[in-house]
Amino acid sequence: MTTLDQLLPGQRGEIVRIDGADGIASRLREMGFIPGEAVEYLRRAPLGDPVKCSVQGCRIAVRNGEARRVFVQPIG
Amino acid sequence: MATAPDRINDPTVATSRVALVGNPNTGKSTLFNALAGLNVRTGNYAGVTIEKKVGRCNLGSRVIDLVDLPGTYSMAPRSPDELVAVEVLTGDLENEPSVEVIVCVVNAAQLKRNLFLVSQLLELGKPTIVALNMVDSLQSHGITIDVEKLSSQLGVDVIPTSASKRQGVPELKAAIEKHLSRSDESTQREKTLPANFYEVCGELRQALLDGACTTGPAATAELSLPDDYLIQRMLLDRGGEAERRVIRRLGGGILPALISARKKLADQVGDPVDMECNARYAWANQKLSGVIGQTGHASSKVTDRLDAVLTHRIGGLIGFVLVMLAIFQSIYTFSSIPMDLIETATGFVAGIVESWMGPGMLRSLLVDGVIAGVGGVLIFLPQIALLFFFLAILEDCGYMARAAFLVDRVMTWFGLSGKSFLPMMSSFACAVPGVMATRVIENRRDRLATIMVAPLMSCSARLPVYLLLIGAFVPTTAMLGGWVSMPAIVLMAMYMVGVLTAIPVAWILKKTLLRGEVAPFVMELPEYKIPAPRVIFSRVWEASLAFVIRAGTLIFAASIVIWFAGYWPGDHTRQYELETRLESVAEGSPEADELQLALQTESAALLEGSLLGRVGHTIEPAVRPLGWDWKIGVGAIASFPAREVIIATLGTIYSLGGDADEEGLAGAMRASTHPDGSPVYTIPVALSIMVFFALCAQCVSTLLVIRRETNSWFWPALSFTYMTVLAYFGAMVTYQVGTRFF
Repeated sequence: MTTLDQLLPGQRGEIVRIDGADGIASRLREMGFIPGEAVEYLRRAPLGDPVKCSVQGCRIAVRNGEARRVFVQPIG
Repeated sequence: MATAPDRINDPTVATSRVALVGNPNTGKSTLFNALAGLNVRTGNYAGVTIEKKVGRCNLGSRVIDLVDLPGTYSMAPRSPDELVAVEVLTGDLENEPSVEVIVCVVNAAQLKRNLFLVSQLLELGKPTIVALNMVDSLQSHGITIDVEKLSSQLGVDVIPTSASKRQGVPELKAAIEKHLSRSDESTQREKTLPANFYEVCGELRQALLDGACTTGPAATAELSLPDDYLIQRMLLDRGGEAERRVIRRLGGGILPALISARKKLADQVGDPVDMECNARYAWANQKLSGVIGQTGHASSKVTDRLDAVLTHRIGGLIGFVLVMLAIFQSIYTFSSIPMDLIETATGFVAGIVESWMGPGMLRSLLVDGVIAGVGGVLIFLPQIALLFFFLAILEDCGYMARAAFLVDRVMTWFGLSGKSFLPMMSSFACAVPGVMATRVIENRRDRLATIMVAPLMSCSARLPVYLLLIGAFVPTTAMLGGWVSMPAIVLMAMYMVGVLTAIPVAWILKKTLLRGEVAPFVMELPEYKIPAPRVIFSRVWEASLAFVIRAGTLIFAASIVIWFAGYWPGDHTRQYELETRLESVAEGSPEADELQLALQTESAALLEGSLLGRVGHTIEPAVRPLGWDWKIGVGAIASFPAREVIIATLGTIYSLGGDADEEGLAGAMRASTHPDGSPVYTIPVALSIMVFFALCAQCVSTLLVIRRETNSWFWPALSFTYMTVLAYFGAMVTYQVGTRFF
């Protein structure tokens, strides 16, 4: 198991859990980061942060700090 | 149809309130425009900082007020924008009629995600309609949705719509009307969460009631208790808005009961946050079973292909710079013709007034005060409209989110966030909408830092000042082989002064007053789409209208005050006598030159003796170090309420002083001299004035909007103070250093 920021561009992973119970954790959940869903790491911003990923058919930008809180099981 | 507009505009017609709500980027604004057309009024929610958009529309026999709420992902608000959406839906705003029907706009391509909000809305117990928007894009992906099945599963009306093609609008109106005509229907509150949760809610409610009974009569305690919905949210959102609101109402004494209820809930069903999300997504999965014809997501390949270029490591940055350059360049290129038209029209009106009226106080008021003041400002309407036009396009097509993504890292170095980009960009048009646009920033510290530096971006009101001074004093030397000219470089430098000052200001704020950890950043990057003309048009229309109203009220009033202060006290009999005689002699004759000189001396003496002249001489020592004379000093002070007033003021001062000639204000400025005969304006003086205007907080509207947005006088006072101090010393350094070089 690893975290979202550790995936390679184009790599997909299945969300296992999201760390924390604060506002940002529930915001991620509300936006579709749900255990069992697939998330695809798309690309980094030109300066390395934030990263763009895709979950439930929606593109979402998160900073590395937030991406580190999303635990995933790499697929393939 | 012929009587419809009258009924729509009749304030006495009883209306019903319908709220339009939905996740961001679901096409809500386009649908709102399709429903309400141009019958949109903007205003402010009583006591709340957010702008509200209300559109009136006809529904068969009745008229409804359609309220466009800010986009929100959930009923647990995390930004000021979302808070208002929640407050309106829960009927928690005083002096606001409650919402009778909720229309939830969902993106058909992201149904499961969007049902999260729907499930929360169904708990409000209000008639709800789901507008299944963007269904047309689904069909192109070969995905079908069984609308009837979805409707029966959810137990609400589901109307397929395509707002951009205006499909489904009549059906949506019919559904709203159906619900309104059944006003007595009682809607069941959905219970999507585990049963234990509702038990704990009941216990918490009882605990609050018992607690309240010990301090006050039971009857009033019952009345002041928050409703079930608030208790539920309070339990779910740790440190959230519901908790804050209940504590405001019942006091901090409720905290132990709340904490123990949360603990009990955690023991029974796990972390409340996890529990809510899991339960809602389970609910959504169950409601969607058998509804969607093809699994997989309808995500657009076009967006990914565009993003591959527009967010590319190198291509993205080049694209970003090109987009910004194209906008600023178009503003200059496309606005010159309409600007010339307005200028000609202003001159024409002044000419008519002068030919109708003889010299006198009223003519002076109209020509030197009102027309010179308001007309001089109205000239900039085309540029403002163009800037808003481009900003609306960038935002509506989805590029602004990419720009925020590209610059986020750079912005965090200075203590801002990628989400600060849009507000700062808007501030180049005007800081007022710029400050209001900070509402999308969830983090309070990031939001305040953005609000504090937004007024440093060179807004369109500074442009007239730059253009006037550069046109009059900067030589048109071509540089770099004719590719750029000196005026263009000076103009760009003035824009850079603000941007470069914002960096240390934001950095210092984040190290002192707004210290804290780096805020989290999560932002949806919507699909690229072709902007909806109606949405763009209504945005430009609103901005232009606001600008014209401002010129017609604030600038108008300021022009009259300045004119009066420059006119009174003093006996103008001889001045008018000279003017009358001057108008009767042939232009260019020796007698005319003589009269002109006498008139100028008389006018100058009158101005020196006026209130404006006396004030000016009093403050002259303070502006000496900046290289200014008393007239510039008065102009700068008069323009504290609004920068545009400097043009009106200088115009009035020089025309009252008899200096104005065919060359207009720029010529009068070039010709003006100190008593010893040396010119008042030199290049260092012109630069010093421009730097002052680039940095100073001369805008009451901005300060008032900061006060409204921060709900405190501290922040506007701070912006005013730091910007004024910066402006004064910036101008002084510019002048003192400049005189060593020129």
